[in-house]
Amino acid sequence: MNAPLKKQHLIDPEICIRCNTCEETCPIDAITHDDNNYVVNAEICNYCMDCISPCPTGAIDNWRVVAKPYSLEDQFSWSDLPAQEEVESSDSGVAVEALEDEIGALLEEARKGLGGKAVAPHSASKPTVNLYNRGKSAKATVTGNFRLTHTDADSDVRHIILDFGDQPFPVLEGQSIGIVAPGVDSEGKPHLVRLYSVASSRDGERPNTNNLALTVKREPQGVCSNYLCDLPRGAKVDVTGPFGATFLHPNDPAANIIMICTGTGSAPFRAFTERRRRAMPDAAGRLLLFFGARRPEELPYFGPLQKVPEKLLGKHFCYSRVPGQPRVYVQDRIRGEAAQIATLLGNANTHVYICGLKGMETGVDEAFADVCRGASTDWAALKAAMRDSGRYHVETY
Amino acid sequence: MNIMNVDYSTKIPNNVNLTEDRQVLKALEGWHPGYLDWWNDMGPDGFQESLVYLRTAISVDPKGWAKFDYVKMPDYRWGVLLAPQDTERKVNFGQHMGEPAWQEVPGEYRAMLRRLVVIQGDTEPASVEQQRHLGKTAPSLYDMRNLFQVNVEEGRHLWAMVYLLQKYFGRDGREEADDLLRRRSGDADAPRMLGAFNEATPDWLSFFMFTFFTDRDGKMQLESLAQSGFDPLSRTCRFMLTEEAHHMFVGETGVGRVLQRTCEAMKAAGIEDPNEIAKVRALGVIDLPTMQKKMNLHYSLSLDLFGSEVSTNAANFYNSGLKGRFQETKIEDDHRLTNDIYQVLKFVDGEIKLVDEPALTALNMRLRDDYTADCARGVERWNKIIEKAGVNFRLELPHTAFHRDIGEFKDINATPKGVIVSDADWARVKGDYLPSADDGDFISSLMQPVSEPGKFANWIAAPKVGIDNKPGDFEYVKIAA
Repeated sequence: MNAPLKKQHLIDPEICIRCNTCEETCPIDAITHDDNNYVVNAEICNYCMDCISPCPTGAIDNWRVVAKPYSLEDQFSWSDLPAQEEVESSDSGVAVEALEDEIGALLEEARKGLGGKAVAPHSASKPTVNLYNRGKSAKATVTGNFRLTHTDADSDVRHIILDFGDQPFPVLEGQSIGIVAPGVDSEGKPHLVRLYSVASSRDGERPNTNNLALTVKREPQGVCSNYLCDLPRGAKVDVTGPFGATFLHPNDPAANIIMICTGTGSAPFRAFTERRRRAMPDAAGRLLLFFGARRPEELPYFGPLQKVPEKLLGKHFCYSRVPGQPRVYVQDRIRGEAAQIATLLGNANTHVYICGLKGMETGVDEAFADVCRGASTDWAALKAAMRDSGRYHVETY
Repeated sequence: MNIMNVDYSTKIPNNVNLTEDRQVLKALEGWHPGYLDWWNDMGPDGFQESLVYLRTAISVDPKGWAKFDYVKMPDYRWGVLLAPQDTERKVNFGQHMGEPAWQEVPGEYRAMLRRLVVIQGDTEPASVEQQRHLGKTAPSLYDMRNLFQVNVEEGRHLWAMVYLLQKYFGRDGREEADDLLRRRSGDADAPRMLGAFNEATPDWLSFFMFTFFTDRDGKMQLESLAQSGFDPLSRTCRFMLTEEAHHMFVGETGVGRVLQRTCEAMKAAGIEDPNEIAKVRALGVIDLPTMQKKMNLHYSLSLDLFGSEVSTNAANFYNSGLKGRFQETKIEDDHRLTNDIYQVLKFVDGEIKLVDEPALTALNMRLRDDYTADCARGVERWNKIIEKAGVNFRLELPHTAFHRDIGEFKDINATPKGVIVSDADWARVKGDYLPSADDGDFISSLMQPVSEPGKFANWIAAPKVGIDNKPGDFEYVKIAA
C-alpha cells in the first residue's frame, strides 16, 4: 500500500504576475515567494480557499494529486506547472473533484461504474472546487421547496431552491454540493455529509440569480433528505462545495449528449438542458434523454419536461409500473433506439452521461454492448476510449 | 453592522458605518453628482450603456470581494471600502514607532497627510481620462472588459481618497475633493499633478505599458502608504492594493500576449532576425525593437514619478510615521534610519555614480529601486515568452539616467546603457531608443476594433485563462445592451 495521496495546492508560474495578493490574503502564512515564484507550502495549507477569489489572474487555482507533495524548492525552480503525474490511484482517477477526503470518497464511489479514471470533457469550463467546507460553509436561504411528484405517488421528490445572497457560489452543470444535517447522530457525532447534484444551470435557477436548485427524494430513514424536504421558505442551510471536476457539461455546441437517468439522477440533466437552452439554443449537437421511473406520476419534472421542445431535447420516458402496460426500463429504450444510438456513438462529438441508482449500470451497459454489436463495434473498447477522452461519465449511488 | 460586509442602505456602499456618520455621508452625497458628471464626461467614451462583466467588491472578506456580474458602468457600485481594522496595530516606523496607530489625523501632520492623500487621489481619475478613447479600438471583448474594470476601480480609488479627505480634513478636504474633479489630464489650465498622468495613452500597447510601468508606481506608493501610522489611510490602501493587482495583471499579460503573438508570427513566417522590422510589420504584428522602445519610454516616464533623488519631504513623511518603505514590516532594521546611509545614483563631476546619502532623505530612491527590481522581474517573465517561442531577442530595462525629466539626470542625455552623449549625438540616436512618430503611426494602424466574442486582433495572442474561469468565447461586454 502506498502513502495516501494528497491534493496539493499549486500556483501556475506561467500565469502568476507575482502581485503578492495571495501571500497577503493567506490567514495562516502558507504562501511565500522567492525572486522567481510564489508558492504554497503543502505542510501549512489547510484549503481554506481564501486566496482563490482575490487572485487577479487565476494562477492560484491549480491542484495536483500527489503521492509526495512538491517541496518549496521544487516549486521555486519551476517556470511552468508540472503535468499531473500518473499516480497509483483508485479507479476514480486523478482529477481533483474535492479537497475534503470524505467528499472525495463519496465521489470515488459514485464514479466506480466508469471502470477507469474520470476525465472531464475537453470543452468543459474550469470548475471551482470546495470553495466552502465543513469548517467554513456557505449560508444559503431556502427560497422555494416544491413537491415534484404527484400527490398520490409513493415517492416524495422535491425541488428545493437555495439562494446564496452575496456569497459567491460558482457552480457548473454536473457539479454537486454538500449538505450536513444539523445536530448529531445516536453516537453524538456530527451527521455525515450528503451530496446533491445541482439541478439548475450555472447562472442560477433563473438567469442571473445567485441561487441553485436541488432535486431531493425523501428517503424513509434519511436524516439529511428529511431535513431538506421539511425546510420552510426562509430557512438557513449550511452548504459546502461545489464538488466534482469531471462529470461536467461540455461547452462545445457540436457535442451530442446522451443522458441516461432514473429518479433524482435527472438533476444534472435538467441543468445540462437548461444550459443548452439558455446559452446555445441553436447548437448543432443533439441532446437525448432516457429517463426511467415507475410511473409518470413519480417522474420528477414530468410536467415541465413535456414543454421542452423535441428540437432541443429528444425525450424517452421509460415506465416500469404502469398498470396494464409492459415494464419498460431505460435499457429497453436504448435498444429500441439502436440505429440512432449507434450513429451517435460513432460520432467523436458524442458524450454519454449516466446518473441514478447503481442498479441501472449493468442493464445500460449491456444495452450499449448490444447496440454496438449490431453495428459491429466493440463497446468495451469504445467505452474506454470515450472515457479517456472525457466523453463517458457515470455518477451512481 | 458586520464590518466585513458592505452596507448598501445608503447611496454609497461602504463598510465604514456611514449611516451613523451623517456629516460625512452628507458630504459624500453632495460630492456624488459631481463625480457622476465627471464619469459621464470623462469616463469610457461610447460604452456607458454597454453591459460589462465586472467584478464588484461586496465585502472586504477574501471570499466576497470578487463578485462578477454584468453591470452598466455608470451603475457600478463605487463605494468606500477599508481593510478590516486591527485594533492592536502600531505605528511601525519613524519617531512615533511603537505608539498605537492613529485613528484621527495628528494635528501637526495634517498638512503633510492631506498632501499625500491629494497626490495619490489625483492620479486615480487621471488614468481614466487618459484611457477614455481606448474602448473604441479594443483588440477583443476580453481586453475591453479588462480596460473597463481598471477604469471603474480607478474611479473607486478616487472615492477612497475622497472619503479620507471628507472625513478627516474638514473644509480643506472638501475643497480638495472638488478639485480632484476639476483638474483634467493634459489640460493646459488645470492639469493633473504628476507629469506621467498628463501624457496621452493613444493606443492599446501604450495602455498595457502604462498599466505595467505607471500603475506599478501606484502599487509602490500604495504599499508605502499602507504602512502609514494613520490607520484609516493604511486600511484604505491595503484594500486598494488588492484591486491594483488586477491592473498589474492587465499590463503584464497584455504586453506578454503582444510579444507572444509577434514571436509566433515571426516563427510562422520563418523570420529569424528580430531586427527585420519591415518584414515583421508586414505580418501585422509589432516588432520587438519597437516593443523595447515603448518600454524605454514608459519606464523612464514612470521613474520620474518617484521625485528627486534626495528629498527632505520623503524624510519627513517617514520620520512622522506617515509613509513607510515598501513592505516596511518585513524589513529587519531599526525602522528609524537615523544614522543609516543609502547609495543613490547621482550625476557628479560629469559621471553617473553611486553616492552615499542619508537613508532618510534617500527614501524615494529606495522605493524606486524596489520598483525597478519589481519591473525587472516582470521583464524577465516577458523574456521567457520570447525565449520559449525560440526567438533570439532580449528586452532590457533602460538605465536610470535615460530620458529623465526630473532629478539628477534631467539635464543630460544618457543612452539606455547609461552612456552620456552630447546633444548632437542624442538628436541623432534618439529615434533608436524612443518610439518615433512613424512607430506611433504603425501601432495606430493596427488598432482596429475586434468585437466578436472569442476573437482577437491579429497583433495580440489570446489569454491563457479567462476572467472568472470563463470560456474563451465568453461575451465579456455586451456592447449594444
